[in-house]
Amino acid sequence: MEWRSGWSGCARGRADVCLAVPGRILDVGDEHGLRTARVDFGGVRKSVCVETVPEAGAGDWVLVHAGFALQVLDEVAAREVLAWVHGDGSRP
Amino acid sequence: MRFVDEYRDPERILRAAAEVKRRATRAWRIMEVCGGQTHTILASGLDQLLEGSVELLHGPGCPVCVTSVETLDRALALAARSDVTLVSFGDMLRVPGSHGDLFGARARGADVRVVYSPLDALELAVKRPQREIVFLAVGFETTAPAVASAIQSARKRDVANFSVLVAHVRVPPALIAIRSSPDCRVDAFLAAGHVCTVMGTSEYEPIARELSLPIVVTGFEPLDLLQGTALAVEQLERGEARVDIQYRRAVRPEGNVHARALVREIFEVVDRPWRGIGVVPGGGLALSPSYADFDAELRFPERAASAPQEPGVCRAGDVLRGALRPPECAAFGRSCTPERPLGAPMVSSEGACAAYFRYRLADVSSEGAP
Amino acid sequence: MSRKLDVRALANPSCPAPLASDRVVLAHGAGAGASARLLEACVFPHLDNPWLRERHDGAVLDLGTSRLAFTTDTFVVSPLEFPGGDIGSLAVHGTINDLAMCGARPLALSCAVVLEEGLPLETFERVMRGLAEAARRVDVPVVTGDTKVVERGKGDGIFINTSGVGLVAAGRDLRPGRVAPGDAILVSGPVGCHGAAVLSVREGLAFESEIRSDSEPLHDLVEALLEAVPTMSCLRDPSRGGVAAVLHEIARGAGAEIEFEDARVPVTDAVRSACELLGLDPLSLACEGRLVAFVAESEVGAALESLRSHPKGRAAVRIGTVRTGRPRVVVRTALGTRRLLPLPAGDPLPRIC
Repeated sequence: MEWRSGWSGCARGRADVCLAVPGRILDVGDEHGLRTARVDFGGVRKSVCVETVPEAGAGDWVLVHAGFALQVLDEVAAREVLAWVHGDGSRP
Repeated sequence: MRFVDEYRDPERILRAAAEVKRRATRAWRIMEVCGGQTHTILASGLDQLLEGSVELLHGPGCPVCVTSVETLDRALALAARSDVTLVSFGDMLRVPGSHGDLFGARARGADVRVVYSPLDALELAVKRPQREIVFLAVGFETTAPAVASAIQSARKRDVANFSVLVAHVRVPPALIAIRSSPDCRVDAFLAAGHVCTVMGTSEYEPIARELSLPIVVTGFEPLDLLQGTALAVEQLERGEARVDIQYRRAVRPEGNVHARALVREIFEVVDRPWRGIGVVPGGGLALSPSYADFDAELRFPERAASAPQEPGVCRAGDVLRGALRPPECAAFGRSCTPERPLGAPMVSSEGACAAYFRYRLADVSSEGAP
Repeated sequence: MSRKLDVRALANPSCPAPLASDRVVLAHGAGAGASARLLEACVFPHLDNPWLRERHDGAVLDLGTSRLAFTTDTFVVSPLEFPGGDIGSLAVHGTINDLAMCGARPLALSCAVVLEEGLPLETFERVMRGLAEAARRVDVPVVTGDTKVVERGKGDGIFINTSGVGLVAAGRDLRPGRVAPGDAILVSGPVGCHGAAVLSVREGLAFESEIRSDSEPLHDLVEALLEAVPTMSCLRDPSRGGVAAVLHEIARGAGAEIEFEDARVPVTDAVRSACELLGLDPLSLACEGRLVAFVAESEVGAALESLRSHPKGRAAVRIGTVRTGRPRVVVRTALGTRRLLPLPAGDPLPRIC
């Protein structure tokens, strides 16, 4: 993959430099000396550099930006946001 | 999609909006500082749900928009070299420099390519040893680790034909710059969740204290934004001024320590001009001296003559500070549109002016919303 | 920065000013805003007649006792092969569908190819086999053709133009000009599949369940639909620029507002995930086997029933309505809020079809 017209005018929904998407690590390997994972994003699979999340492994969810994992997602915290609006008073 | 769809559930969102309206006793003014958040607010119409209650303002949260004209002109000058392949994120292709943009340069024969990741730019350099690959590195601190990783990898693999034109910008100093403006109308900030995923919240603590306003680190889905707003409102109602984290599923106070170490290794903090705002002290990142061999500005002596004046009618600075709503600008939708932008916020799909132009109905009403 | 001041744009503040470029740029091929302006600036001042003024997918020529539909399309897709098809079959389906959008029964096709020096013969033959198979399956002969070769570097593999003629039965009048406020808007199935499929190959995306192009001929679906609803106002094939481009073109052509509910637009999970990952809107991605139908409110039931009882229209659904108002496309979100659908001015993906 060499060339892609990432046209950022009206046709695109989002801009590359702001977009980060959650995905689930399928497996971890090495690509050109960098720790690299195959990540599944709702059925779409892409290669992601996981150098800065050394603790993450298969089955973990990571937040990915520009082909790079930023952080491991905290699933408990994720659920708390959803619980908040049911007025159960818990802090998000 | 998991971790996405749940935060777009209409029922939850409408309840969250009701919660914000219930808590707010005044029309608090809350500014978000990330283009992704601007996009969600306008594409979902969250401002319509909060009509009559809290006012959502849009800050300079679009790194594409605030990239300086000088940087663009440098990139254009490099792209014009026959030995250079200028590689960039797609969003930068339509940003106008003093004389056109990268898209036009490509139409005139320049070798300009788009990648999704800086690591792809490095691979291009490896595949094409006869070309000089220059990566235009823009973005907040969110993108810096990926660029740093590419540079570090280039050094390890001894890739000689790879260099970076660094134009990263840093958010915390910009918050101070915005707030210090005399016509600033901001009561609280929603900090960019992905920036803080990397950097943590330590830089925001002193800002909240000194400026005496709440800062809530917020995510990007509609539910996140409404909850972040609610937390900000809660603090304002109580007269508090501290940092709070809404986006806890991704943000920890210490951020990502590995990513931060990587950024510290490759980059150093510098003053940087933010288009539409002016020079922001400490507002940018540049390559640290030990990585100067990857600095495209040093490798290629091209100097471009910049004409950095925005057309007089452009009110970008006022928009970026939240002092003016885009439709209130005389040029909005007339002489200034996403296809012929006069200023920074109309350029990227997530600049405030562009977002208003693309999404907002002039006569918007929230009929049907509670 | 040099920009020509365009007084037309200032006089009509709601119309975005032309792209400040004196050369062809990729946006001009995207099938939406910039493309329209390219035509307005360079083509229509010189080529103007009632057929072109219709701004439809094809022209209907009145021969006295019968009416002939005539259309042409050029295919520049890269890569040449993608899940669910190749440039050859695409070239047949695209032109068959443009004829179908005029309500025509396809009669014959032409095929002209421009080959780049260096293209493997085996590739060319494979493409022609795909094209021939697609034509055979719809029982429409390719009756004339042409071949040219250009130097290496001047042609990017292969470009194919297909033109088609068809017969339009009496009583049918399908064109954008017939769309009126009150008309319902239907789509025949999930959107964005073709664009996403081509993208998946280009971006090196792998899929758990592969995204396949929806490229297929729709003339049979259209015949069934027109049998049930002969008074159908207009059919459009959402190719370049996707459903978004069609809605904008029709809103402009009819001088009316279009409002639709984004939650109603069918999108497969795989296409949605791919778009989420790459920051794209499924509504702006090309479809090559779908139609958008504009039909009077009273006929919606019959139209949907007819579409859904056909294998190519099972997922057909009504997404919105044409209304009186100034030309724009409005989205009603699942939250009950309203916003504009941006006009795709550029192109997320060149060389899609």
